[in-house]
Amino acid sequence: MDFSWMAWTLPTALFFLTILALLIGMGVWEYVSPGGNPRVGILRFETTRGDRLFVSLLGSAFIHLAWLGLGGPDLWWALALSVVYAVGVFKLV
Amino acid sequence: MQKTWNNKAWFMVLPVLVLVAFSAVIPLMTVVNYSVQDTFGNNEFFWAGTEWFTEVLESARFWDALQRNLFFSGVILAIEIPLGIFIALNMPKKGLGVPFCLVFMALPLLIPWNVVGTIWQLLSRADIGLVGYSLARLGIPFNYASDPLHAWITVVVMDVWHWTSLVVLLAYAGLVSIPDSYYQATKIDGASRWAVFRYIQLPKLKRVLLIAVLLRFMDSFMIYTEPFVVTGGGPGSATTFLSIDLVKIAVGQFDLGPAAAMSIIYFLIVLLLSWVFYTVMTSSDAAN
Repeated sequence: MDFSWMAWTLPTALFFLTILALLIGMGVWEYVSPGGNPRVGILRFETTRGDRLFVSLLGSAFIHLAWLGLGGPDLWWALALSVVYAVGVFKLV
Repeated sequence: MQKTWNNKAWFMVLPVLVLVAFSAVIPLMTVVNYSVQDTFGNNEFFWAGTEWFTEVLESARFWDALQRNLFFSGVILAIEIPLGIFIALNMPKKGLGVPFCLVFMALPLLIPWNVVGTIWQLLSRADIGLVGYSLARLGIPFNYASDPLHAWITVVVMDVWHWTSLVVLLAYAGLVSIPDSYYQATKIDGASRWAVFRYIQLPKLKRVLLIAVLLRFMDSFMIYTEPFVVTGGGPGSATTFLSIDLVKIAVGQFDLGPAAAMSIIYFLIVLLLSWVFYTVMTSSDAAN
């Protein structure tokens, strides 16, 4: 099959493979520890680990956009900040 | 009750997953791929990195369109949700009036978007339109083509006319599902009409109102056809919402890279606001 119309590039392929790996990882986590580990964190509403992944990914997207708009095109620091943010979300939210 | 875990059930979800993959995931992946490249057609692409995202984020045109969109959605929700609840509360619950009202309410929802735009474009014209002509006879020089305020009023009234019915039908479905015993209890307690609404009907409507708010927010935030047909985004850029601007960039200017970057930012904003609405409304529901 020809997927050239999708205009794939190595960075975007790696990006989607990372998302896929995260989803598979969450699936394995759920298999090992079923139930989604619901809890009430600092946002004072119940979240499962799936919710926490969603909040992490959405927040990371906005961190990258804010970095681009306010900082510049070098996104490695935005990526590092996103990882710290995601760890914070999984620990506290 | 003990839940039965059967992993074969996942196969039942497979057709939906395939459908979503083809209708949403693959197009979204393609948009992401386009957003970091430039193309002049002929399936040839050149790496642009984050250039288009920076361009969109630094564009006053994008922020203006976003502000217009947020304001439009705010106005739409502020009018359609209370109006929809009010109409649903006053609709008959029994008798011949029920099917009549339901069909009457469903009619605007059955009309295609571009037809709604054409109807309101004709209605608002000062020379031949019922609304425009009547206002002109009353001494109000209504002209949606040259006055930004008139263009906004036309677009908002058109959306209210088209979509309040959806809120009405959802709220009505929620109201008729409230058991009679609740109303009997309020009668015994001598509750006022307002108390019945505040403590019985509104809490019971919360779930359907969540759906109504989400649907109306997402729809109004992504509105394209009706304002495009009526005002074409004008006068000037007074009613140029994000989707109209996006189509101008993608189709009018054939700038697929910037259009893809703008689509992703647009998608993320819709996703964030929908999540906030959903979370706020479901968490307050759980707290109750």
